[in-house]
Amino acid sequence: MIPELGHFALIIALLLALTQAILPLYGAQRGNLTLMGVARPAAQGQFVFVALAFACLAYSFLTNDFSVLNVAKNSFSQLPEVYRITATWGSHEGSMLLWVLILGFWTTAVSVFSRHLPEDMAARVIGVMGLISTGFLAFLLTTSNPFERLLPAAMDGNDMNPLLQDWGIIIHPPMLYMGYVGFAVAFAFAIAALLSGKMDVAWARWSRPWTTVAWAFLTFGIMLGSWWAYRELGWGGWWFWDPTENASFMPWLAGTALIHSLAVTEKRGAFKAWTVLLALIAFSLSLLGTFLVRSGVLSSVHAFATDPARGAFILGFLAVVIGGSLVLYAWRAPKMITGSGFTWFSRESLLLANNVILVAALGSVLLGTLYPLLMDAIGLGKISVGPPYFNSVFVPLMAPALFLMGIGPLARWKEASLPDIVTRLKWALGVALAVGLLLPLALGGFKPWASLGFFLAAWIALSVLAGLVDRLKHGQGSLMKKLSGLPRGFWGMQLAHFGMAVGVAGIAVVANFQTERDVRMDVNSYAELAGYTFTFRGTTEHEGPNYRAARGTLEISRDGKQVATLHPEKRLYNASGMAMTEADIHPNIYRDIYVAMGEQLDDRGAWTVRLFYKPFINWLWFGAVFMVVGGFLAASDKRYRIALRRSEMPKHIAAQGA
Amino acid sequence: MKRWLPLILFVALVGFFAKGLFLNPREVPSPFIGRQAPAFTLPLVGDANASFSPAEMKGRVWMLNVWAPWCVSCRQEHGFLMQLAQAQTVPIVGLNWKDKDREAEGLLARTGSPYMAVPDDLDGRVGIDYGVTGTPETYIIDKGGIVRLKHIGPIDPEVWKSKIEPKLKELGA
Repeated sequence: MIPELGHFALIIALLLALTQAILPLYGAQRGNLTLMGVARPAAQGQFVFVALAFACLAYSFLTNDFSVLNVAKNSFSQLPEVYRITATWGSHEGSMLLWVLILGFWTTAVSVFSRHLPEDMAARVIGVMGLISTGFLAFLLTTSNPFERLLPAAMDGNDMNPLLQDWGIIIHPPMLYMGYVGFAVAFAFAIAALLSGKMDVAWARWSRPWTTVAWAFLTFGIMLGSWWAYRELGWGGWWFWDPTENASFMPWLAGTALIHSLAVTEKRGAFKAWTVLLALIAFSLSLLGTFLVRSGVLSSVHAFATDPARGAFILGFLAVVIGGSLVLYAWRAPKMITGSGFTWFSRESLLLANNVILVAALGSVLLGTLYPLLMDAIGLGKISVGPPYFNSVFVPLMAPALFLMGIGPLARWKEASLPDIVTRLKWALGVALAVGLLLPLALGGFKPWASLGFFLAAWIALSVLAGLVDRLKHGQGSLMKKLSGLPRGFWGMQLAHFGMAVGVAGIAVVANFQTERDVRMDVNSYAELAGYTFTFRGTTEHEGPNYRAARGTLEISRDGKQVATLHPEKRLYNASGMAMTEADIHPNIYRDIYVAMGEQLDDRGAWTVRLFYKPFINWLWFGAVFMVVGGFLAASDKRYRIALRRSEMPKHIAAQGA
Repeated sequence: MKRWLPLILFVALVGFFAKGLFLNPREVPSPFIGRQAPAFTLPLVGDANASFSPAEMKGRVWMLNVWAPWCVSCRQEHGFLMQLAQAQTVPIVGLNWKDKDREAEGLLARTGSPYMAVPDDLDGRVGIDYGVTGTPETYIIDKGGIVRLKHIGPIDPEVWKSKIEPKLKELGA
């Protein structure tokens, strides 16, 4: 009964989405306020029904209803409760439902926080989001019904993929989708502006906080995914240039370019056409990511579904949404007049360089991801593009962007003075060069890539400091007063840039100075790595809720002092019979000690064990967290709230600041 | 013109995607199609004094099936291969690939052998010559000793009907 209710709710949601799309868009074109007024209630109603459908699916998972195909395929009676809930979006169907749910959430947020917008703008934005929602709901109902029954019911389920049974994956997809789908808001704003033909800077100001929040969520989602891969895949890597990772990384690059060009458009009225195009591209790449992962066009380790019907549907949808928006763009582009000019050295020109580099980097990732497909399609054979390509193309491209990141925030709009910048940053440059040259020596040997990384990290961090000092030199009052007087947009930018410095430092260290060993360990034998002694105390049988495991015990000491005792496991999952390596990690700020069990070698209890010493790995996650916090901080800037209050926003909504 | 550029690029991309949708990502084409099957001479499983060489098959269309006793999906296709052998549709030679534990003879004695000969490729050299990526894999070789088709994965009635049987007919087996 409950699954049918969910199915029915989805159908109603589809009808509401159609209403939400057609009536307001038509109304906005005709200037009909009644039709435009349909937008908000339809959007909120749609969200309620999608949420109901989602709750029904979650309920089916929670109660182990194995007469639902989706539950039988992706859950298991012994699966712990928390994973039964997350299994709701562990499958293809469920994750698409989550997509629509989050789109509904964003649309509802827009419908609530858009009272200060002109009515036709709000109607168009919500209408465009309704169109997107219609496509996804139709996709769910026609090719990927999550409520399909399995009759007769299965005795038990096939279990969730053991790789996904990790708490990092609980919040990874929702966060990632918050980012992906959040770009739909920027997309809808851009389309609405193109439709209305009013390409003023107002739309940039309206869509800017939404874009920044979506970007922050996407950053967090990618970080969680990388962190999960690091802990769960058992060989200590944190980024694989896998098509699925690239699918989330490309919208991130486009989104990063977009939040920077939005700044120029909002403040200076320049780059209008470019910013609109980036907004279209960022969301197009989100859709493309969905297509690549879901259609099986690129086979990847964690692609869920390979089904041509689904692929064809998404491709058709992609063609309509992206193709349609690009046609609209081409038609309206001549209307977009660029604002005031700027000289070759100004904040505008530096941000332009930032955009060019980010888009070039995006292009290189896109090419690397699609190249195998292109070659195959024109009959030149099967090839694969791996990390060597991405590392050798991406890293040199990003290095100049990181260097410019130190200068951009200090440069003036319109026209900056090069000698002035040099004066303000020469000490930072000197210190950064010294750090880049000397730090690798202190860490155990000169390595050019490590030097470059340290130099850039120090350069960014110091220029963030210089920017802060610069701001504090001007103005009146005590230091505290000046500090608290700085706008949140400024703090957000500084924090995010500083996070980038922290992340770059982490990458530079871990990529160049990590060490690892694959060793055979007999019971009570020991091995050494990076100054630590690992003593193997054998394995014990361990019974988990839905698996059995051989749990190893390794005592780790340094200079005779006990540091930690780790328990890596080799698990065998009951339902799927899949073997899984569960690594164990002893973390601190400066390093991780990471151990993973290999294979049992003989019946006296000897195993192969992989030992990793990962210096500064956690700086990567710290850096990402700084960026996320910076993003939220910037989006909560007073400017946006003042803009709201001026148009007499209700207080409780204004406080949200979006 | 400039403003149409994004659209043009996108349309080209969609074309590739549409094509890509109908390609099988797992199918690796063999560079040996249309070429002479690599020659070899290997001892036979069960009779190390006898040997097999593709040259013996000149003038016949035959099937080289790469399998191994440790390969699970080979057991899956074993039953169907037995049917083919009983119906005498095409001679099947079973290349026993990397059988380090020497189990092939015992296994075939227990389950029956669909093969007219079972050359023993212990170190996997011949497999490398043929570009074997995994077991099971099947090659169809024509009367002139030229590789005409390669199939990766087990053979089942559907693969047989859609892919292998038409090719055999075409080659006049």
